[in-house]
Amino acid sequence: METKNIFSESGIIITLLLIAIPIIVASILVIIKAKNILNNFLKKKELEKFNEYLKGLSNEEIQKLEQRKKELEFSLSNNELAGDSTPTDIKGLIDNVSETSSLRFIEQKKKSQTRPYIEPDLTKLILWYLGCATFWLLFGTTVGEYVGIKFVAPDVDHYSWLSFGRLRPVHTNAVFWGWASLAMLGLAYYVIPRVSNLPIASIKTGYRTLILINTSVILGSLFLMAGINNGGGEYREYIWPVMALFGIGVIISLKNFYKTIAKRTTKEIYVSNWYIISAMMFLLVIAIIAYWPSWQNGLGETIIQGYYMHQGVGMWFMLFNLGLMYYFLPQQLNKPIYSYSLGILAFWVQILFYTLIGTHHFIFSAIPWWLQTVAIVGSAGMIIPVVAGTTNFLMTFKGSWYKLSGSYTLPFYLIGIIFYFTGSLQGTAEAFKFTNLVWHFTDFTVAHSHLTMYGIICFMLWGFIYTVVPRLTGKEPPQITVGAHFWLALIGLLFYTFPLMYGSTLRGLMWMEGTKSFIESVELMAPYWLWRAIGGSLMWLSHILFAYNFYVMVKKKVEIEIPSSPKDILIAKMVLENQEVTN
Amino acid sequence: MEFFDNHKTLFRTALGLFVGLTIIVAIMPAINNQENNAPLPNYEPLSQEAYLGKKIFIDNGCVACHTQQVRNVDMDKVWGSRPGMPADYAGIDRTDFWRNTATLMGTERTGPDLTNIGTRQPSLAWNLLHLYQPRAVVEKSIMPAYSWLFEIKTELGEKDVEVVVPDAYRKGISGRIVATQEALNLVAYLQSLKQTPLPDGKTPMEFLYKKKEIPVANGNTSSLPDGKLLYTNNCMSCHQANGEGLKGAFPPLKGSPIVLGDDLELFVNIIMLGYDARPEYAVMNAVGTDNNLTPEEVTAIINHEKTSWGNNAKTVTPEEVKKIMDFIKLTSKK
Ligand code: HEM
Ligand code: HEM
Repeated sequence: METKNIFSESGIIITLLLIAIPIIVASILVIIKAKNILNNFLKKKELEKFNEYLKGLSNEEIQKLEQRKKELEFSLSNNELAGDSTPTDIKGLIDNVSETSSLRFIEQKKKSQTRPYIEPDLTKLILWYLGCATFWLLFGTTVGEYVGIKFVAPDVDHYSWLSFGRLRPVHTNAVFWGWASLAMLGLAYYVIPRVSNLPIASIKTGYRTLILINTSVILGSLFLMAGINNGGGEYREYIWPVMALFGIGVIISLKNFYKTIAKRTTKEIYVSNWYIISAMMFLLVIAIIAYWPSWQNGLGETIIQGYYMHQGVGMWFMLFNLGLMYYFLPQQLNKPIYSYSLGILAFWVQILFYTLIGTHHFIFSAIPWWLQTVAIVGSAGMIIPVVAGTTNFLMTFKGSWYKLSGSYTLPFYLIGIIFYFTGSLQGTAEAFKFTNLVWHFTDFTVAHSHLTMYGIICFMLWGFIYTVVPRLTGKEPPQITVGAHFWLALIGLLFYTFPLMYGSTLRGLMWMEGTKSFIESVELMAPYWLWRAIGGSLMWLSHILFAYNFYVMVKKKVEIEIPSSPKDILIAKMVLENQEVTN
Repeated sequence: MEFFDNHKTLFRTALGLFVGLTIIVAIMPAINNQENNAPLPNYEPLSQEAYLGKKIFIDNGCVACHTQQVRNVDMDKVWGSRPGMPADYAGIDRTDFWRNTATLMGTERTGPDLTNIGTRQPSLAWNLLHLYQPRAVVEKSIMPAYSWLFEIKTELGEKDVEVVVPDAYRKGISGRIVATQEALNLVAYLQSLKQTPLPDGKTPMEFLYKKKEIPVANGNTSSLPDGKLLYTNNCMSCHQANGEGLKGAFPPLKGSPIVLGDDLELFVNIIMLGYDARPEYAVMNAVGTDNNLTPEEVTAIINHEKTSWGNNAKTVTPEEVKKIMDFIKLTSKK
């Protein structure tokens, strides 16, 4: 096969374009930020000049100003017509009146919206979920960073428990089942009761799930390090009893959510709940199929592995996060989603195509050719839901772009959406035959995994967490550390993935060329692996900042919040009375 | 829509669609492949040792870096003589009550594919040293060192297999480094990894995406294949890039009387059939036969060895080599 001009291959061209998109978006963000800083600077200069002028004001001028001030401040006494009796508002037409607006001295990013009243018990549950998730993020990526360092320094240690092959699945499983899954479930405990307009059916169940999943990840990690694993399949390295704990955790919360939705006071089921409930149902199906022994012998194992790997990321993480996005994005932008029906279309098409594409992990292998073809076609079909989803989100953004520079959460949303587009389409490009020849078995796959699991899932989750937690606790994280988290994570991710993609393309071409020995292709990767370690360190640092921000949002001295709207006052009264009864 | 305002119908429809598709693209093909494939007639099940070794391979997650699948594309030809097929995996079933089937096909080739490693590198001495410290044999390797599969003893027992490790990699160790049973089992597993030959009469399978052959036109020596590359792929892991070998394990080729001498027959014999005449070194396998080297390739390797690292001996022609190889084939067939 001719490999001379790889730039004429459609898969490669698509990928290059895709690579360009996040860079362009990041540059635009940088420009906006820089413009803000510059503006501030110019204003400051102006202010200084103005102060000089103030100092030089003469008495006469001051008197004139005071005279004019008095004239302008003239006002009526406000009860010329109504007299002195107290007005009532029987139909509750007058609401949300703000009497005074405080002077704003510095341009501040918009704070999270006014807090809806959330039962303190539920708040605590959600914070526990997000706290545990944050711990697993730190743990999982510390392991990931260490594993990355081992590519550069293979002899850092010689302990069996820390050897590469054992630690790698500790990393992947901890970030999958510990970090992302717990964060998603915690956020769902916020979203489901909100859109059903009801309290959650059972808070206790929430804690049970939390304990089950935490136990599963702790045991799973220890077993993996001790050399006890399920076999060769990626992401199903936990043995079945350990994964069963996770599964039971999801089942009981699924029932909990389902009950809440069944009792909802709204007529329709908001599309978020379609996605979230389906993701939970599908995960259970996927896990049972992946662990049930009846169809796992010989090549059966590989067919199931391909199915499992892809449904795991697509039907659990992606579907769930899309559901959360359909709730949080309109909330954050304070307007409805651009097109509700587009969200529904994307939902069905995603199920249709995503289910088909598992085998694209084993193209050219011994798996039946018809199945590989179905997978390639399905991978192309995925363009539809991805474009539909992205369009929907970006069109919701439309008209609100100015909010981006004034918000510390929205940039996370935007990057998540951009990577949803580029990362997913990159997957499509990888499934084409030529590109698969070059990239399969190389680190390109790893770059892709992080562009998606990190660029999409993590960024979205961070956006949601920064949105929700201040609403729960009333405390904002320091904007400077949130900004640092964002930029370190984004730049780290680019340093991690782009050199890896470049290097692995060279490596794949070298393999196809076939005139160099294998070990030369290992040598070739050395600088790119170093870049990965550097990018990984930045990402890791950003997670420390994230953990710090989370801590600030949760732990800073409690500001006593006195309910002010009549609804809140009444709820607070009810809660208080309930407490007295139970005490 | 009415239909979708009912949570029962909505979620049942979604689940039904998903499960239905799943049955078609995952469960049915999986069962189909499981039921309708049998191992090839010449398939050899794992020995007890190799079976235990496979468990060590699984426990340590070697599959993270090593695939065991030869795809039907030309670039995978280096990993096997034919593409893999369902029958190759048909003999593999559930590991035990706790653990799933492990075909170990893998998804990443940070290290080389191991489908055929038992043919490509069967040497016990090499494998043990490589497991103890990969960089002792392959300088640029980034594979982890599995030194916990070895123990230090002051005296060798009767059945102990010692690993001779170069001084640079045994700092602070005064005793003798001995392979544990686990290490031996692991090597037994690696040695067992060989492609099962197709039964006679079955048409050989083709590799797709063949490279265009680039004809080389200048001079008669350059019409031979690239000797350096062949040396790197077939000999270097033991005899090293500098041709100096490893003390106590693999003899130097630099200045070697066999390489420099005129006894071409002995030289070709060693390459094709292996060598175990010198007790101070490990056994050499039949590298040439195992890897199906052609007379041109053997010639290229010999000439490379005769003219590198300061060696300066007369080169040989493919015709001479071919004559000897034909004779070897004749005598070893009987
Ligand atoms: C500090 C941040 C991180 C670093 C340094 C890091 C590093 C690594 C390394 C070195 C590998 C092994 C690659 C190989 O075997 O060639 C890996 C694999 C992987 N990591 Fe991470 N990682 C990080 C964060 C994450 C996060 C947050 C997620 C997901 C939520 C994630 C998901 C994965 C996945 C899915 C794989 C398997 C890739 C594949 O097989 O294609 N990583 N990571
Ligand atoms: C106990 C588990 C492992 C076993 C039994 C094993 C075995 C082997 C063998 C037999 C080779 C030589 C292949 C050849 O010459 O064609 C090799 C090479 C290699 N392995 Fe592994 N391997 C293991 C784990 C790993 C891991 C976890 C990594 C990744 C960090 C790795 C990276 C490499 C690399 C880069 C090479 C090529 C350089 C070399 O020959 O050392 N291996 N391995």
